[in-house]
Amino acid sequence: MVKEKHDVDVLEKCPTGIRGLDEITKGGLPRGRPTLICGSAGSGKTLLAMEFLMRGAMDYGEPGVFMTFEETPEDLAKNFISLGFDLHDMMSRGLIATDHVYIARSEIEETGDYDLEGLFIRLGNAIDSIGAKRVVLDTIEALFSGLSNAAILRAELRRLFHWLKERGMTAIVTGESGDKTLTRYGLEEYVADCVILLDFRIQEQISTRRLRIVKYRGSSHGSDEYPFLIDDRGLSILPITSLGLDYPVSTERISTGVPKLDAMFDGKGFYRGSTILVSGTAGTGKTSLSATFANAACLRGERCLYFAFEESPRQIIRNMGSIGMDLAQWVKKGLLKFHSARPSLYGLEMHLVTFHKVIEEFKPEVFIVDPISNLIAAGTASEVKSILTRLIDYLKMKKISTFLTDLTHFGGSLERTSEEISSLIDTWLLLRDIELKGERNRGLYILKSRGMAHSHQIQEFLLTNQGIGLIDIYTGSGEVLTGSARAAQEAEEKASELARRHEAEYRLREQERKRNALEAKIAALRAEFDAESEEMHLMAEEERKRQSVLAEDRLEMVHLRKGKPSAVRQSARKRRGKGE
Amino acid sequence: MKAVSPGKGKKAKTDSTEEIWNLRLYVAGQTQKSITAFANLKKICEEHLAGKYRIEVIDLLKNPQLAKGDQIIAIPTLVRELPEPLKKIIGDLANTERVLVGLDIRSVTG
Repeated sequence: MVKEKHDVDVLEKCPTGIRGLDEITKGGLPRGRPTLICGSAGSGKTLLAMEFLMRGAMDYGEPGVFMTFEETPEDLAKNFISLGFDLHDMMSRGLIATDHVYIARSEIEETGDYDLEGLFIRLGNAIDSIGAKRVVLDTIEALFSGLSNAAILRAELRRLFHWLKERGMTAIVTGESGDKTLTRYGLEEYVADCVILLDFRIQEQISTRRLRIVKYRGSSHGSDEYPFLIDDRGLSILPITSLGLDYPVSTERISTGVPKLDAMFDGKGFYRGSTILVSGTAGTGKTSLSATFANAACLRGERCLYFAFEESPRQIIRNMGSIGMDLAQWVKKGLLKFHSARPSLYGLEMHLVTFHKVIEEFKPEVFIVDPISNLIAAGTASEVKSILTRLIDYLKMKKISTFLTDLTHFGGSLERTSEEISSLIDTWLLLRDIELKGERNRGLYILKSRGMAHSHQIQEFLLTNQGIGLIDIYTGSGEVLTGSARAAQEAEEKASELARRHEAEYRLREQERKRNALEAKIAALRAEFDAESEEMHLMAEEERKRQSVLAEDRLEMVHLRKGKPSAVRQSARKRRGKGE
Repeated sequence: MKAVSPGKGKKAKTDSTEEIWNLRLYVAGQTQKSITAFANLKKICEEHLAGKYRIEVIDLLKNPQLAKGDQIIAIPTLVRELPEPLKKIIGDLANTERVLVGLDIRSVTG
């Protein structure tokens, strides 16, 4: 408690508004005190000082005075415009006052005792004119080259910094790096509160800017070297605050974009906010898999940031069109943002600073780097691991699902290349070539996936014009087959299956035919039998008729013999006539 | 000293045949250095430029905005405005030799 109170009372901080700097200084520069920014020529001292003033004036309502000893007011205005600020406009609004101090040794003769009261008066006048709270002196060392009496200068500088403190100015004083000292003229002797060193290094033709807080009296601060970036919006310092392992975790699952792949992850896909790595050699479909994941995110209405280090956005969009994915629509809707750069453009740290910057701006739910291996090559293993750890911690803190691809080399072990980062990865997919019978096919399997049930099977990975397909590879008869070998094997099985079916059908038909034949025979016999019985019947009828005729005839003969033929005979004739 | 305290103390003696030496002395209040500088300057001028010089004393405590125009940082600063080119001498002007060199007066008198 006591310590906290002490901090608040004695060390009030003045936020710089510069991205990342306030985080590593834990709140900003010491308020009401001068801070020394030193560095070699072109290390960004002036830009840092300028942005400190601009942000103060625009964001914190603290007007500032820029006293320049090197650049003319025109150059200064140009520099401000390069950061997106109109110096003249801000000057007319009373937010910024500038003063260009010009000292030409050739015009000045020194004789006898003097002091720098003129400088104090100018500075004081500028401060009073706008009610400034911030002051930049860039770079006051020019006095040493303009004036020869070092003893006077040193005394006056001491007085100047004291005067600035008394007036409560939060000041930035810039100084050029010396050979053995921080600054060429030992300004660090006078500015005892906060010293920040800027560094501009070139390693293997790649330049990296770094920032380090050399000292910050009475305050804890990050002591590492922090890479930083200068772009059209000012400085960005990579906030390498070690986040540790206390980030929030989600149990929400998100689709991989490939239903069968989801199925391999317990039917649900990845965890939101997890880190996914896809390793594979060239041409195994890493980009297609990333694009499918991106597509799935956009379909859910989420924002996706896609860092492409091998292909241009247009090329990716065209190529993904060939597997039935329309990424251009998401770009148009603002859900998908591509960021393409050659990995060799700048060093690893700069890429990571860029990641941070773009993530802060775009606020994606899904973040893809394709591939990350090129970046890994840009630094040493320990650098890569420490920086990626920080990046991944940062992404996890933001609950951003991260999808990284890793290009492994032919001949190398697939698992080897990423060993530096494997412990950071939650879900690791491996895409590999399966060469069999003069043919190359793609196989996919899950190397690990933390905290979920997942398939251990190798799936054959297919790129079709309908997107990505996964097929169970052939595992019958004790061997593993893929591609056309699998297809051939399947065809063969299909053929023999077909033949068996034909055989069965043939037998069935034969049976039917036999049955039909039999039935026909039965019918014929029955017909014969029917014909015979008809005959019999007719014969019996004939016989009966013959008998009755005989009987009639006999009766008639009886009548004839008795002389009364008429009635019986006539009726018999009638009957016979009808029957005929 | 008499001419130091007001913002613009003038000592003008004109001579039509020679060019006028227009000198400006910047001070910040009546400090010992300023007083010494003015005394030294006046002595040198009387010795070498009698009758053809003009000294203007500017007190920056009263007119701070004037410091910017002449690029004044040190006090006291003597500015030779005329004849051209512009020259500056800083300090209390104790070393007469240096002042003469600085103002380029030798050629005139010699």
